[in-house]
Amino acid sequence: MILAASLLIDSYPAYAQGGGETLTAIVQPEPVSLSAALNSAAPTGVVSGSIFDGLVDYGTDLKPKPGLAESWEVAPDGLSITFHLRHGATWHDGVPFTAADVKWTLENVWQKIHPRNQVTFAKVIRVDTPDAWTAVLRLSEPSVAILSTVNSNGAQILPKHLYEGTDILNNPYNNKPVGTGAFVFKEWVKGSHITLERNPNYWDKAKPALDRVIFKIIPDAAARSAAFEKGEVQYAALSPVPLRDAERLSKRPNLRVETRGYEWLSPFLFADFNVDRPYLKDVRVRRALAQAIDLSALAKVVWYGFAIPATSPIPSTLPEFHDATVPKYPLDPKRAEALLDEAGFKRGSDGSRFSLNLDYIPYGDDFKRTGEFIKASLKRIGVEVNVRSQDTAAYTRRLYGDRDFDIAITWFAAFADPQVGVTRAYWSQAIGKNIPWTNASGYRNAAIDTIISDVQGEPDGAKRVALFKQFQRTVMEDLPTLPLLELRFFTVEASNLRHPITGDQVYGSFRDFTIEPRSN
Amino acid sequence: MSAVGLIQRLAPGVRWARRLAQIAFIVIGIATVNFFLLHLAPGDAAEVMAGEAGAATPEFMAALREQFGLDQPLYIQFGKYLGNVLTLNLGYSFRQGLPVSRLILDRLPATALLMAASITFALVAGAALGFLAARRAGHLTDTIISVIALLFYATPVFWIGVVLIVIFSVWLDWLPVGGMATIEAGYQGTAYALDVGRHLVLPAVTLGLFHLAIYTRLTRASMLQIYGQDFVRTAVAKGVAPGRIAVRHVLRNALLPIVTMLGMQLGSILGGAILVETVFSWPGLGRLAFEALFQRDLNLLLGILLASSILVVVVNIAVDLAYGFLDPRVEIS
Repeated sequence: MILAASLLIDSYPAYAQGGGETLTAIVQPEPVSLSAALNSAAPTGVVSGSIFDGLVDYGTDLKPKPGLAESWEVAPDGLSITFHLRHGATWHDGVPFTAADVKWTLENVWQKIHPRNQVTFAKVIRVDTPDAWTAVLRLSEPSVAILSTVNSNGAQILPKHLYEGTDILNNPYNNKPVGTGAFVFKEWVKGSHITLERNPNYWDKAKPALDRVIFKIIPDAAARSAAFEKGEVQYAALSPVPLRDAERLSKRPNLRVETRGYEWLSPFLFADFNVDRPYLKDVRVRRALAQAIDLSALAKVVWYGFAIPATSPIPSTLPEFHDATVPKYPLDPKRAEALLDEAGFKRGSDGSRFSLNLDYIPYGDDFKRTGEFIKASLKRIGVEVNVRSQDTAAYTRRLYGDRDFDIAITWFAAFADPQVGVTRAYWSQAIGKNIPWTNASGYRNAAIDTIISDVQGEPDGAKRVALFKQFQRTVMEDLPTLPLLELRFFTVEASNLRHPITGDQVYGSFRDFTIEPRSN
Repeated sequence: MSAVGLIQRLAPGVRWARRLAQIAFIVIGIATVNFFLLHLAPGDAAEVMAGEAGAATPEFMAALREQFGLDQPLYIQFGKYLGNVLTLNLGYSFRQGLPVSRLILDRLPATALLMAASITFALVAGAALGFLAARRAGHLTDTIISVIALLFYATPVFWIGVVLIVIFSVWLDWLPVGGMATIEAGYQGTAYALDVGRHLVLPAVTLGLFHLAIYTRLTRASMLQIYGQDFVRTAVAKGVAPGRIAVRHVLRNALLPIVTMLGMQLGSILGGAILVETVFSWPGLGRLAFEALFQRDLNLLLGILLASSILVVVVNIAVDLAYGFLDPRVEIS
């Protein structure tokens, strides 16, 4: 008995410092790099969030909460934003974290390399650092969206002393990151796992509770479900198992399926109509197609309830900006048929009016079945749909380069400010330039382009909201894209895993996670 | 003696030189076809990375393309690639930020272990079952073995993999779901080897079952054919014990087609490994190749394909040599 007890203590030597626990998580697919400042892909963010702290975190209401910045203020004229940094935060190699790191990363990474931040931080003309713990962003025009972006994922700060003067994209620290967060990077065995260990010098001495986090790479969806069922894994974000498995796993006593923690992402599913195509250039046809699709059934049947019907391209998870009064297209196949007749596309002798190709984003079965659901819906009003499959590289080339499609199903993250995630689908300057996740429909509207540029410089919150509402009404009137669903991504986790939920938990830190002993 | 025969007998060196030239020619041919075939695929590595990032700007894409060398015309890219192949340099994977040879060598041990285990399992178990079936031809044992072999032959590999996981990992809880080791435990030495062994069982069996079925059928068929030959009848007439006839006279002579099959299995194993490595999260080369294809990481993919085409050519030579060893009547030309 004594022997067994001493063995137990020996095998958990770190018990005295942390909780002595190892959390095993899944990251899927395998990240390309571990630096979210340079690679904004989802798996990189999932791992990177525990290694790097952000200036702030976001609550489920998307309001910023102190992180590396203890406080911040925006000047009344909106032309400067001041961050007061935490004293005593250090990089994992012991070098103090200071305002110089913020300034260097903003000027060299966010403004030059980061795909989203080049726009978000475009109006920053200078960063002043009056002392080591104060960073003042001087702006040429007010940029409200900045304060919605500065968490560890949206605007990750890199260590200036390890990056300055190097080839940033090829810096070896991209794959063995040195951060400021609660966990220190230990090793990355490609194809197998990534290990993080407790940061003993974290500024918040009481944290983290976990001693170690292991991210396993499990490429097969069925194997991921099996690993959860067996208890080999306790956490995986970003809908790690097929929806039908999620329903089953959520009923097991040792597991929990959580849909909160994605508010900062706010994913929405939509159909792009190629407005340069002969049938689809007629707005009556686009409206007719919209009225033939039963969105509630799509949410229930295809998405197993992990979605709700969308009414506007700005999801209701952004309550400040969302407009519920936009023109709506309720299910009405009769009206749809009348619209198509009116547009001059009457049913032929075989009952069919015309036929369209539909391409879906190849991120799993759910998107394919969405395509098949739409095919079945449109057949009822005499529109034949041919569902086509391809891999991601071929898909983005088809939509954003060749524009060789009729209807395309895809999803975007709206992010906390629609300027960051939504307007890109409507901005005419990006059409056909082969830049993934921009305007695929080919919609050109000068008024919309003006709104898109106005919201970037508008300091007055109320006026900005008014502009976004105008934007939503116009694009729902013209309907170049049809918002289908607001997706509810989910996390599968062990039921004895305890943690508060933030609005950006998906890319957040394991800092506050604890594992409760199972009662049995 | 003809002139050709003279050269062959006098100068094995010339024969080998000709053979090496053939190998080089074949490998370069494969490399060329691979290069152009893969460049037909729509999209490139920069688009994939921008696609994964969820956002991009034209400047970001241009910077990536320049870094990857994708901004250059195809013939220059091909010239560089061919130069690399001729100097046995596999190139650099920009996506992974590592030389291709290093990436392949990192993953090779895992795949080699899986391959060795599954081939050994398939060969030994397949030959044993085939041997048993041939000796009991027409009896119930034969029927049962043949039905089982047919079942394994006809069932898709990934499905078998998932079913084995559900039965042996989830229900019975005997074996781990996937991966190559229990990382959390941090085993060393013998404990580590045993742990890897436990993780190896299911993927090796899954990968081996299809070929087990082939070896079973092949052994059975070729043994039955040899049972009908005169020298076997003579041995029976001499009063040699049936077990000894089966092993010494029949099985040994039935091995030739199995060696041929073994060569083919070695050549095709990378393809099978893609599925099995994916289902069992085995960190091997097959998955690396599969992911490289979707990521349009052509340097990496071309490197893996080149390495495996060299492997196939070498295995073919080894099989030819093995023929001569097993059956002295076969001449190697």
